[in-house]
Amino acid sequence: MSTAPLVARQPLLSAEAIGVDFDGRTVLDGVSLQLYRGDIVTLIGPNGAGKSTLVRVLLGLLPAQRGRVWQAPGCRIGYVPQRLQIDPILPLTVARFLTLGIAAPQRRLQALLDEVGAGQLLMATVSTLSGGELQRVLLARALLREPDLLFLDEPVQGVDVTGQSELYALIGDLRQRYHCAILMVSHDLHLVMAATDEVICLNHTVCCSGHPERVLIDPAYRRLFPLAPAGLALYTHHHDGLCDSCHLREPIGDN
Amino acid sequence: MDDFLLRALLGGVGVALVAGPLGSFVVWRRMAYFGDTLAHAALLGVALGFLLNININLGVVVVCVVLALALVALQQQRRFATDTLLGILSHSTLAIGLVALAFLEGVRVDLMSYLFGDILAMMPADLYWIYGGGALALTLLMAIWRPLLSLTVHEELARVEGVPVVAIRLIYMVLIALVIAVAMKVIGVLLITSLLIIPAATARYFAHTPEQMALLAALIGAVAVAAGLWGSLQWDLPAGPAVVVAAAILFFAGPYWGARRC
Repeated sequence: MSTAPLVARQPLLSAEAIGVDFDGRTVLDGVSLQLYRGDIVTLIGPNGAGKSTLVRVLLGLLPAQRGRVWQAPGCRIGYVPQRLQIDPILPLTVARFLTLGIAAPQRRLQALLDEVGAGQLLMATVSTLSGGELQRVLLARALLREPDLLFLDEPVQGVDVTGQSELYALIGDLRQRYHCAILMVSHDLHLVMAATDEVICLNHTVCCSGHPERVLIDPAYRRLFPLAPAGLALYTHHHDGLCDSCHLREPIGDN
Repeated sequence: MDDFLLRALLGGVGVALVAGPLGSFVVWRRMAYFGDTLAHAALLGVALGFLLNININLGVVVVCVVLALALVALQQQRRFATDTLLGILSHSTLAIGLVALAFLEGVRVDLMSYLFGDILAMMPADLYWIYGGGALALTLLMAIWRPLLSLTVHEELARVEGVPVVAIRLIYMVLIALVIAVAMKVIGVLLITSLLIIPAATARYFAHTPEQMALLAALIGAVAVAAGLWGSLQWDLPAGPAVVVAAAILFFAGPYWGARRC
């Protein structure tokens, strides 16, 4: 649900009117969002919509030219990057890869890998892992830090369809177990619908946002993804024909 | 054994022990041409040394360190890949060096001796430099080992996890620039760049962890030095190239030996 913060609930992270230009081209403009503990927010949008750029701004990897990002003090962050390529000339086992950031006993690493369904990989060489195995290992590395905030940039990239729904189910479980906020990036709303509380549809600006089923029938979403299967054809959308960017509700942060 | 040969062996092994671990990072970070770039820049250092009337070795070291810093700064932008940057820096410093040398009328510079130093001409003072400087370099490398490995695997992930990425990269680049600059004078540029890359690549056949690879690279480099010097003594070969040939033979023999062990 799009949790309307009637009660004073502190966000873990809040971004206000973020704007980023690359070479005079506006990549992000006026993007606001807030992340609350226990919520899964999914960022969808076509290629080149600025999804990864937004994630990089929120992580502090890229300065925002406009707007600001606020993070709750002491907030621990876990990050699963979009791509990770390890050159085969670097001999690195999964166990070693997991502990590059912080030390942990072998038993804990094994338990973590079991948790993400990669229990047999502890001693495998990272450069030989398949796409799905690597995603699970990356997830384990992020979880090792016991994050309050988990950023997943295209977490199911290079994973087959069965593996994708397994991974999304896993991510839903993790939210329960770690009671963290999760922000993930996807370009397919249908796959993430079940696993997400709120969808933000991004194309340089926030086109629409809210509960996934409502975003699905939003004209702004349909304009962005004209070929997406109209999963809920029975619904007719009440649209006044005036609003061009059709906000189901005001973008969070503007209130 | 003759004194000069013993010194060559001790010095060469000393350099190999330092070059193994440092060189492992060179191949992991795909910076194989950094050594050649520094060698070209060294010419500029020699020219500046003469022009400004300062110690030539100091000129070389300063130019190498400045080049390393310039590379780190240029890497901050993401438009050009590191190999492109290395190509640009390498050739432009070489050209600037040649232009600068043209201003030096009447000075004849024996570039060969600066760029292709002779391992057999090793002095006792060189040994102090190699072992003292080498111990310092390895200590520093050990201190930044884990964060450096982390950012080699994925720089942004390392940054999110709190690694001071720019500082660590800076330390590593300056470290390797210093090692190459000092070793270039003593054992020659061909030998130091080879000892950085070839033993590390050979070690990959046998290593299962980054640390194993670094240690094995040091050992393989030391074996190559000993074998090369032995060959040089036996068949009257030029010593530096003989060591490089020995390292190359080990590299090409590596997969067969590695396969037999399995």
